[in-house]
Amino acid sequence: MDLSNINPILLIASIMISATPILLAALGEMVVEKSGVLNLGVEGMMISGAVIGFIVAINTGAPLLGFATAAVAGAVLSLSFGILTQVLLSNQVATGLGLTLLGLGLSSLLGKPYEGMKAETLPKLDIPVLGDLPVVGRMLFSHDIMVYLSLALVVAVWAFLKYTRAGLILRAVGESHDSAHALGYKVVRVRLLAIMFGGACAGLGGAYLSLVRVPQWTEGMTAGAGWIALAIVVFASWRAGRVLIGAYLFGGITVLQLNLQAAGLTWGVQYLSMSPYLITILVLVFISSNRSRSNHDAPATLGRTFHATR
Amino acid sequence: MPNDLLRLSGLTKAYPGVVANDDVSFDIREGEIHALLGENGAGKSTLVKMIYGLVTPDKGTMALHGAPYAPSEPSDARKAGVAMVFQHFSLFNALDVAENVALGMENPPPRRDLARRIRDVSETYGLPLDPARIVGTLSAGERQRVEIIRCLLQNPRLLIMDEPTSVLTPQEVEILFETLRKLKSEGTAILYISHKLEEIRTLCDHATVLRLGKKVATCTPSETTARAMAEMMIGASFAAPAPKTKTPGDVLLRVDSLTMPAPAAFGTPLRDISFELRAGEVLGVGGVAGNGQDELLQSLSGERPPPRGTIWVKGVDVSRDGPVARRAAGFLSAPEERLGHAAAPDMSLTENAVLTAGLREGLVRNGLINWRHADAFAQGVIDRFDVRTPGTHVAARALSGGNLQKFVIGREVAQNPDILVVNQPTWGVDAAAAAAIRQALLDLATEGTAILVISQDLDELMQIADRFGALNEGRLSELKPVGQLTMEEIGLMMGGAHDMEVAHVAD
Repeated sequence: MDLSNINPILLIASIMISATPILLAALGEMVVEKSGVLNLGVEGMMISGAVIGFIVAINTGAPLLGFATAAVAGAVLSLSFGILTQVLLSNQVATGLGLTLLGLGLSSLLGKPYEGMKAETLPKLDIPVLGDLPVVGRMLFSHDIMVYLSLALVVAVWAFLKYTRAGLILRAVGESHDSAHALGYKVVRVRLLAIMFGGACAGLGGAYLSLVRVPQWTEGMTAGAGWIALAIVVFASWRAGRVLIGAYLFGGITVLQLNLQAAGLTWGVQYLSMSPYLITILVLVFISSNRSRSNHDAPATLGRTFHATR
Repeated sequence: MPNDLLRLSGLTKAYPGVVANDDVSFDIREGEIHALLGENGAGKSTLVKMIYGLVTPDKGTMALHGAPYAPSEPSDARKAGVAMVFQHFSLFNALDVAENVALGMENPPPRRDLARRIRDVSETYGLPLDPARIVGTLSAGERQRVEIIRCLLQNPRLLIMDEPTSVLTPQEVEILFETLRKLKSEGTAILYISHKLEEIRTLCDHATVLRLGKKVATCTPSETTARAMAEMMIGASFAAPAPKTKTPGDVLLRVDSLTMPAPAAFGTPLRDISFELRAGEVLGVGGVAGNGQDELLQSLSGERPPPRGTIWVKGVDVSRDGPVARRAAGFLSAPEERLGHAAAPDMSLTENAVLTAGLREGLVRNGLINWRHADAFAQGVIDRFDVRTPGTHVAARALSGGNLQKFVIGREVAQNPDILVVNQPTWGVDAAAAAAIRQALLDLATEGTAILVISQDLDELMQIADRFGALNEGRLSELKPVGQLTMEEIGLMMGGAHDMEVAHVAD
């Protein structure tokens, strides 16, 4: 084994790439859950975003258009979940699982003709001054725009939930839909919007996988990333900052174990492959169990069906 | 002569199978406190929801200041100067006071200004409140203050209060009344919903009485007796429970320094609770909601077994026993919240009967249910306690609150327990059913059962209990014979105004 093959600059840079899809999906799901809805369809929305983003990017040659279409596709798919659960009052867990299965099947159908092709990827941004810094420049400031967009989104979601009235209403709806309804807030509308935001984020995350990280289409390429995003939301106690930590931790260990394997570590490859899942969950469990209890309580109406009675 | 503020004419609202309001008309004048009286199901809630824009009337009109008023949603009502304090608070536990207040306002100011205005208003009206506190950590009285302040910040012309005193200590009630009188003197009209008649007599200028959705009477409460108003509400006279004549027997239940941590983030720990309960005795435990009532019931029923050596039934330590073992020992309990805790909503009455009575009544043998016996037992409870239902096959959720409550209490009473613990036995039950439930408990005590009644209804406890104690932040006060208690003493036992020392109404 030869650890000198691992270049720390490239390692950090690839961690950021590796974490971005999960970060996007988890951030979207966090907003959905904050509004009191449990959407287990993240995996399905991600992979649909991946295939549709890829198809659009190949046919138009414009990866950004691919991302935009993937976001719309994710939102539309999640809207079907929203209408089923919020308007027709179906069970959220079952509907979410159905959405995942639908997404997996739909994506493999749509993606069949595109297997093995290579789409144009996003250009690296050329940030003046910062990008030219030694070490740090390569490490942090020479990525594509989606990496920075996802980081900006962390701040935006955090500020939206903490400082804006709309964010307050969203949290209120997730905390007690009956109280929110009594005060005259449109519970179903707020939740539908949150669900669509979550779908769009998952779509973006999926497209990042097929357009930047891999970058090509293979069936089932999300490989559980959507489920990890869901777990991260819970263990991050529904906080944007901790979602960022969780996603980067997962991305980091994924990349590290790949590098270790490439460096010739032959011992226990299976254990290395499972390590990102295990370590991420262990660390986040540790964080969330160490705080006072009220800090990481789930939104009180998470997963509960709302029906306005008299 | 003050002007009419809000005029209701011919308001009608029907739901499938029930007319909630039928041609209701009355006026509320500026600067008056107007009582809306009626039993559960009389249509009070629907009526105020129409005024607040949560429900649209089928027929009829409203006029505010002489202009047509038809709010299509609560924000319309708030813009027109109508504010409402809800019965089951419309608050968000995980948010802080300022956020809760902001959610109830149309155009809340920035957070810093809002916090200052909350402090201003809370001082002016003698309702001390810290804007940064998380609502889940507040007492029931403090939560109500959040609701009231939320309303007052919008300078309402009409303030609707839905049963505001049901969760307050007598001292807190006095403070609330001072606030309301001050508001009235400033010209704000108050629509006050309650079924506590003495309160209405001391506070309200006019009263409108609803029965089965119709307006049946109006009166001036200060010139009417509580009994006369009660009969207007019910449409008939009802029997008060018979007085009790008995001497307590042996100690059946002994609780010894019961201490338990809070079960959840917003729960209450139990602190060093000790008491003895004798055969034939009724012990009343009062207290403001959320001071450990549910936790006490859970530890007595066996849902959360307390540490060894804390609960003794007839000299045997049952502390670590679960509910089934305690039931077998004759130690029964009926929790509050009939749907979901005391009864399984979607199961039939027979099935619900088997759930608690299966063992004692021999309805279950060798793991098999004897449905014939179970049916007969359920039918027996229905007959004996006058539960109005088409039959034993009906799902629990299909019964009205009062009838289901009669069933869940009757189910325990019918098992002839040695010790019975009940929590909120008449909560949300109409007066006639409540009287029947209380009488059943008294009869049981006469036969030698030791009964512990946990309730927030002080009148009820004074009526049926021999001794009284109050829970305050998980501590049980000294127990005193009911006959010698004054309202003042009871208030102090309940924790009274200790958190309100700063409270005073500015002139």
